[in-house]
Amino acid sequence: MSLTSADVKKIAHLARLNLSEADIALYTQQLSNILHFIEQMNEADTSHIDAIAHSLDLTQRLRPDRVSETDQREAFQSIAPRVEAGLYLVPKVIDEE
Amino acid sequence: MMHYKTIAELSRDLAAKKISSVELTHYFLDRIKNLDSQLNSFITVTAEQALKDAKRADEWIAAGKGGPLTGIPIAQKDIFCTKGIKTSCGSKILDNFISPYDATVVTKFKEAGTVLLGKTNMDEFAMGSSNETSFHGPVKNPWDLARIPGGSSGGSAAAVAAYLTPGATGTDTGGSIRQPAALSGITGIKPTYGRVSRYGMIAYASSLDQGGPMTRTAEDAAILLNAMSGFDPHDSTSVDDSVPDYTTTLNDSIAGLRIGLPKEFFGEGLDNNIAKAIETAVKEYEKLGAIIQEIHLPNTALSIPAYYVIAPAECSSNLARFDGVRYGHRCENPADLEDLYKRSRSEGFGNEVKRRIMIGTYALSAGYYDAYYLKAQKIRGLIRRDFMDAFQKVDIIAGPTSPTAAFKLGEKTSDPISMYLSDIYTIAVNLAGLPGISIPAGFTAQNLPIGIQLIGNYFAEAKLLNAAHQYQKVTDWHTRTPEGF
Repeated sequence: MSLTSADVKKIAHLARLNLSEADIALYTQQLSNILHFIEQMNEADTSHIDAIAHSLDLTQRLRPDRVSETDQREAFQSIAPRVEAGLYLVPKVIDEE
Repeated sequence: MMHYKTIAELSRDLAAKKISSVELTHYFLDRIKNLDSQLNSFITVTAEQALKDAKRADEWIAAGKGGPLTGIPIAQKDIFCTKGIKTSCGSKILDNFISPYDATVVTKFKEAGTVLLGKTNMDEFAMGSSNETSFHGPVKNPWDLARIPGGSSGGSAAAVAAYLTPGATGTDTGGSIRQPAALSGITGIKPTYGRVSRYGMIAYASSLDQGGPMTRTAEDAAILLNAMSGFDPHDSTSVDDSVPDYTTTLNDSIAGLRIGLPKEFFGEGLDNNIAKAIETAVKEYEKLGAIIQEIHLPNTALSIPAYYVIAPAECSSNLARFDGVRYGHRCENPADLEDLYKRSRSEGFGNEVKRRIMIGTYALSAGYYDAYYLKAQKIRGLIRRDFMDAFQKVDIIAGPTSPTAAFKLGEKTSDPISMYLSDIYTIAVNLAGLPGISIPAGFTAQNLPIGIQLIGNYFAEAKLLNAAHQYQKVTDWHTRTPEGF
């Protein structure tokens, strides 16, 4: 699979990355090479094999619905880039009419 | 020469009060100060904290409350969250991140009374095999300063190899404990997936990541693994099973142990020096009474392409949390929310991380899931089946850890795929979730360390450590020291 620079721009947008034009050219080549390498997988017949997501076939553990953690909002927000009144601040996302 | 002592020896000296933990800690902090400028193995040295830890340890020992690790200095890979201490994961995006909590592994070491010397350098988000993707610069191999120590736990490997710390932690997603252990001439074990808690260990590929110890001897690895292992309710894939004392079986005889040599591990691409060293090591095992036979792991070559779908897919999802909002790097003057996300991430992540995020994003995007992710998960099933077939015939599998010895800095940075291929013998073990250990097994003609890898069935860490210890009793590769350290 060879990617075009338009593909790479789309992938970068989905991954929320900004790439310069020079980066796009470089990544188009590198990602195409990697995908080509990955396609070796197609040589294997896996028609009778179950896909495994986890090596030990564990199921998700449940726990009683009890409060087990204390509130640490202050500690967590003390390392945030911008907070105010207990809220994380980001640029405005809703336009004013 | 106190730094040449193993953890087991230092533990006895501390218990017998031949030395105090404060003295020991000063000693290793001095070594780091004097020698690490050559290696760059530490991102953060926690001298003040270390001396506090040491003082506390000495009090415990004086009160008769010490355990085998009380007062022993160790280093943590900078992927483990340490409360109040910078935890950068080798990335610019977390370079200002002071963790508000401790990883379970860190808590367990605190409870055991260890002393934290500092946080070791690593490939950014553990993505790399040479420690060259670190935001904090590459680490040098103590055996040849022009070469890489391996990665991603390259700082831990170099620090242990240069005797800057008696032991360290590492993490292994595709070989990141075993490969640097081999290339730096030390011992490193990746436990069975689920044995060591992942809580507070910054996630790269969650279904593959596993923490483990990096030390000079198998005995020391057993002592550290005892402290690190065990069920943790904070980790949803932690295995709720009792953990044996790994030190009690180290001296068991290995007569009759069936060792399988996978034919696929000795083919094209394997350095001749390494092939010969492994052959010699296998003869040593035969002398110890092991029974050697050839086996097959026919899908080994497929492990790398499958890994480079699964790991990037999981990383693209895991690293979505780094968005410049709650912690970590945030760009200046964002125009809007999308600009905030995009610039914070683009400024904060390095090239290899971006490559893997994009591969993963692509593999998981609409229309490509079956061709990439599902196919890779099926290959994973195939690889696990190969191992299970092999373990019907043998108790452990042995082979080289890495196809080459340490390569030169910069040698593989421009060609990502050539770098990926250096993990050919380690990646399948992660895909199957099995335990594997690398121990020193010789040197190349250029005096670079060679590692032999032993792979066990699920939860066979005790058997691997036993087999490694028996080998170390009859060989001295693990006691060789790099010049200048």
